[in-house]
Amino acid sequence: MDKTNAIISVKELVKKYDDFTAVKGISFEVYENEIFGLLGPNGAGKTTTLEIIETLREKTSGEIIVDGYSVDKDANKIKRIIGVQLQAAGYYPNLNLVELMELFSGLYGVDIKPMEMLEKVNLQDKARAKYKALSGGQKQRFSIATTLINSPKIIFLDEPTTGLDPQARRNLWDLIIDIRNNGTTVVITTHYMDEAEQLCDRVAFVERGEIIALDTPDNLIDNLINSGFERTKEVKKANLEDVFINLTGKEWREDN
Amino acid sequence: MSKPYNNTKATLALAKASFRSIMRSPSAVVFTLAFPLIFILVFGFLGRGGVKVDLAIAPGSDLQNPIVKALEQISVVHIIKDKDPAELKTGLEKGNIDAVINVQKNIQDAPAYLANVQYTSASIDKGTILKSVLNNLMYTLNSKDIKPSIAQLNESTVQGRVYRTIDFILPGQLGFSLLSTGVFGTAFVFFSLRQTLVIKRFFATPVSRASIVFGEGIARIGFALCGAVFIILIGHFFFHFTLIHGIITVLNMLLLAIIGLIVFMGFGFVVSGIAKSESTIPPISNIITLPQFLLSGTFFSIDAFPSWLQPISRALPLTYLNDAMRKVAFEGAGLWDVKHQILIMIIWGIGVYAVAVKVFKWE
Ligand SMILES: Nc1ncnc2c1ncn2[C@@H]1O[C@H](COP(=O)(O)OP(=O)(O)OP(=O)(O)O)[C@@H](O)[C@H]1O
Ligand SMILES: [Mg+2]
Repeated sequence: MDKTNAIISVKELVKKYDDFTAVKGISFEVYENEIFGLLGPNGAGKTTTLEIIETLREKTSGEIIVDGYSVDKDANKIKRIIGVQLQAAGYYPNLNLVELMELFSGLYGVDIKPMEMLEKVNLQDKARAKYKALSGGQKQRFSIATTLINSPKIIFLDEPTTGLDPQARRNLWDLIIDIRNNGTTVVITTHYMDEAEQLCDRVAFVERGEIIALDTPDNLIDNLINSGFERTKEVKKANLEDVFINLTGKEWREDN
Repeated sequence: MSKPYNNTKATLALAKASFRSIMRSPSAVVFTLAFPLIFILVFGFLGRGGVKVDLAIAPGSDLQNPIVKALEQISVVHIIKDKDPAELKTGLEKGNIDAVINVQKNIQDAPAYLANVQYTSASIDKGTILKSVLNNLMYTLNSKDIKPSIAQLNESTVQGRVYRTIDFILPGQLGFSLLSTGVFGTAFVFFSLRQTLVIKRFFATPVSRASIVFGEGIARIGFALCGAVFIILIGHFFFHFTLIHGIITVLNMLLLAIIGLIVFMGFGFVVSGIAKSESTIPPISNIITLPQFLLSGTFFSIDAFPSWLQPISRALPLTYLNDAMRKVAFEGAGLWDVKHQILIMIIWGIGVYAVAVKVFKWE
């Protein structure tokens, strides 16, 4: 991985909602073909930051370049090369998944085979179902499928695994790693630290609109250990999640 | 990526999606088709015979006489026999029976018969019709054998096109169907797409705002035109709705429908912008549609309204759509002949869209 090649660069980004400053001058870079994690407590400003990069919200100040395009001048060019999964989004009512896929292929101006897209997230059996009739996990998977329609250079996933069962979560990790291995850069937010540790090449910790740490998970952990930190409780060789996975199997489940 | 982005493709994809969605939404189908069709069926059947005067023959009346025979031949008069006095009384009071006639042989020599007619204040207008029918009849019967001393009146009627109730009702219903689809449909769809964050997801794609508006507009116009064709065909083939120049007339009506619908959709955009919640959409839409439903000549000619109401009626866009539709369908007018009506609709359109641009919200 060529670590010097930044595909996203954020400089001194500030976002104010009226008199409340949600993002307070953060700067970071996302490298090409990495999985970059934005971590932090509720209300830290992760979604705000992502949606400004996605050109969905206006920034108050700062500079953002995505693959050479500025969000101020070339929003439409940026939209063509990114895939976006929103933390909260809806899909056109009364349409089934195949029809929704057709709609998005028109909106992105690309030709795709809806079934192939659905197969990528293992939703081919739900092709004729309405979005409303999907379970939470299936909805997340469908959202991710819609981000892949335009074969984007970068995809943004805002809490894609929230609400998923352990298998679905792991299968989604495999999918995300697959997407990255196909040359796509991934920016992801999550509240699961195990997930960030497994998945992300680098993570940024955001708190109250500021980045308080940014490094690889390994380095961050090592730094903590070097500072003399020790877990209070001895870790066993397995945890409850391992038990869950072991008991229920690792495959996609029909009802997840 | 090398290909330039295709706005037309995006617009059409949206139009297709929206059309599918509308076809599957029960409320859209009910408003556009079911309501107008119900009214058309009701008025279509009601209006078949034209005006009828219900004339009952009193019990005990002589039946074998030239007066009753002649009355039976008159198409306007509907003779009712075999009612007892109590039924006649209530019938008259309620106006179900417009008059009662009692014909008796005269005991004296001349005239040969005496006819007593009892009218009812519950049905004055039909009573008046009957009065002139009877006068005419009596004159003819009495003067049968007499040469007129001053002048003989010869009456004849020019055989014109039959103007049926359906010819008035159908354009009105069509206009109202377009108004409700335009206003309610547009208001609901944009409000709910915004509220359910569908539009937000759209904005994460390269689609332009214009494509979203046009795509939705095309779908709604397409749907409403399907409805219009359906209504016109039902009216024409089942109730003899007059289409003077056949298919040309239908095409002219559809063009008028498009103009009307575009104006009405403008109201829909305004409503979607000012509504604070989904439940405020129907009342706000009703403020726009109900007055037009009642005052724009949907059911009655606006000439029948009191004179202080008429200026209001003549200010509403639906009045002009209805008027133009009737002229085109029944009188065979071309679009150029109804340019005045079209012009007023366009002026409304400009006004409404000026407001819509100000109040419409994307998020
Ligand atoms: N549209 C808005 N108007 C006003 N304030 C907002 C708006 N959106 C977000 N905020 C505020 O900005 C702050 C950051 O919100 P944001 O959604 O970016 O947090 P987040 O890090 O994504 O949190 P979570 O983990 O809960 O998703 C919060 O305090 C929130 O209340
Ligand atoms: Mg968030």
